[in-house]
Amino acid sequence: MAFEDQRTTVYKVDPEHPESKTLPTLRTEELLLNMGPQHPSTHGVLKVILELEGERLVKSTPVMGYLHRGVEKLAEDSTYHQFIPHTDRLDYVCAMYNNFAYCRAVEKLLDLKVPDRAEYLRTIVAEVQRIIGHQFWVSAQALDIGAMTIFFYCFRDREILLDWFDELCGARLTTSWYRIGGVERDLTPSLIEKLKAFLDYFPPKIDEYQVFLEKNRIWLGRTKGVAVISAEDAISFGLSGPTLRGSGVDYDLRKYEPYGAYPKCEFSVPVGKNGDTYDRYWIRMMELYESVKIIRQCLEQMEEGPIMADVPSVTLPPKQRVFTNLEAMIQQFKLFSEGFKAPPGEIYCGTEAHKGELGFHIVSTGGSKPYRLKIRAPSFIHMGAFDHMARGYMISDACTIFGTYDIVMGECDR
Amino acid sequence: MHQLAQQIQDEFPAGFVGATEWRGDVAVTVTRDALHSIAEFLRNEPGMDFDYIVHVSSVDWPDDEKRFEVVWEFYSIRKRRRIRLKTRVPESDCIVDSLTDLWRGADFMEREVYDMMGIRFRNHPDLRRILMPDDYTEGYPLRKDFPLRGKGWRDTFEFLDEVPQ
Repeated sequence: MAFEDQRTTVYKVDPEHPESKTLPTLRTEELLLNMGPQHPSTHGVLKVILELEGERLVKSTPVMGYLHRGVEKLAEDSTYHQFIPHTDRLDYVCAMYNNFAYCRAVEKLLDLKVPDRAEYLRTIVAEVQRIIGHQFWVSAQALDIGAMTIFFYCFRDREILLDWFDELCGARLTTSWYRIGGVERDLTPSLIEKLKAFLDYFPPKIDEYQVFLEKNRIWLGRTKGVAVISAEDAISFGLSGPTLRGSGVDYDLRKYEPYGAYPKCEFSVPVGKNGDTYDRYWIRMMELYESVKIIRQCLEQMEEGPIMADVPSVTLPPKQRVFTNLEAMIQQFKLFSEGFKAPPGEIYCGTEAHKGELGFHIVSTGGSKPYRLKIRAPSFIHMGAFDHMARGYMISDACTIFGTYDIVMGECDR
Repeated sequence: MHQLAQQIQDEFPAGFVGATEWRGDVAVTVTRDALHSIAEFLRNEPGMDFDYIVHVSSVDWPDDEKRFEVVWEFYSIRKRRRIRLKTRVPESDCIVDSLTDLWRGADFMEREVYDMMGIRFRNHPDLRRILMPDDYTEGYPLRKDFPLRGKGWRDTFEFLDEVPQ
């Protein structure tokens, strides 16, 4: 009898004419699905409310703020130096580049010139960080959409660079190595040797990553033609970094608003054509080669010299002098207890981090703390385009679309 | 005065309030009423061509008559230059025109300004809180009168003299 009952739910039987069977009636309605906040592919804590029609995404509403720590409010209560460790925690995968972007913004506010050697050191470390960021992206993105092997290969090489960071500044992730006016310490001969060895070791490994993915039919099927955005829309949404360049827009601040040692280096900016996830992947792979090239040139060109600007009212004295010289100790003490006074004014300074344009908008009223500090976080702005880019794709593509921006929620929610 | 600011002044003499150039950044202050038409001019005029929105920010000046300052930063991909647009609004009537119809990315950026500073945007398609929870009623965290340690239900916590055994 149970079998009979099941059949009647499928075929509606008209009680007056039991012989006639009508077509099956299916209930159709839009389904709301919460993806996250605890989903492994959301790269942090993010919830997206997906409106589904069958398996197609009709509308998606990101719900953010789970990692909101009020960093901009904290900035208003800390001196310019004290805020550097907070920037590590924005995009915790790539702390060095956040330090760099913040220090550059404060230097622009102070109109401070950084010595040449410091510029080279900053560029080298920033590019090492870019390599780590892109490795992290490709491994996490592939893992999200079902290719696990590449993850281990990327993390094997990433580990070498994290150990290198450890030797450089004593921390692997939250580094705080940049200082306003320069860097904290110089590269030792051992570090330079290790970096050179890595530069010889790494390019064949990039080819290896590409073999893993570009011969993988699942990877190709799940990235080609997924998360497509036209150049015009990408510009209108304010996307930046590889996400924008994938759509064919040549926008790279390293080239067009040069900073650090980038103007002295020769490198090219890869630009995609189709604006899909595969093009963004290709751009990131090409940028790995470019980063290696930039680091090589910097190591060749770099000359001996100071690593910190010599402006006693702003920059920190060398550590050796702090322990041997009274004035230097007083200088260090005053800079960390009171901070320095920045001139009143307002600046915006954007830096090309590996995710996109990371900018700091600082308003100063002449005090030792920023009056207002606004962080232009690329992850946050990329999430604004999520709904537009996800429409019409399958539900399983949602993971690809999160990943394609290289999103980190620590930076998105601040 | 910078040539960009001059052009805006020539085009909108009534809406132009002032312009500064500091550390290479050009900032133009405009009136609230003229904001949308000036933004449209920046976006669509071929000589301007500011097609890229960088960010929307806001600054709180509690002692001023017009308390809040809303700041937009635009970039021109083709001409490779930046401009900052600013306008002031009083606390009693803190609403400005939304620019979501010109730059689609302004949607999330304006929602953040609303969430953090309480400035509303006219004609915004979906003006809700974005980083704070939807049911958050304790005010706008980035206003200067909002204490750093937060406020609301935490204030009712009682201090314990000693840890209960």
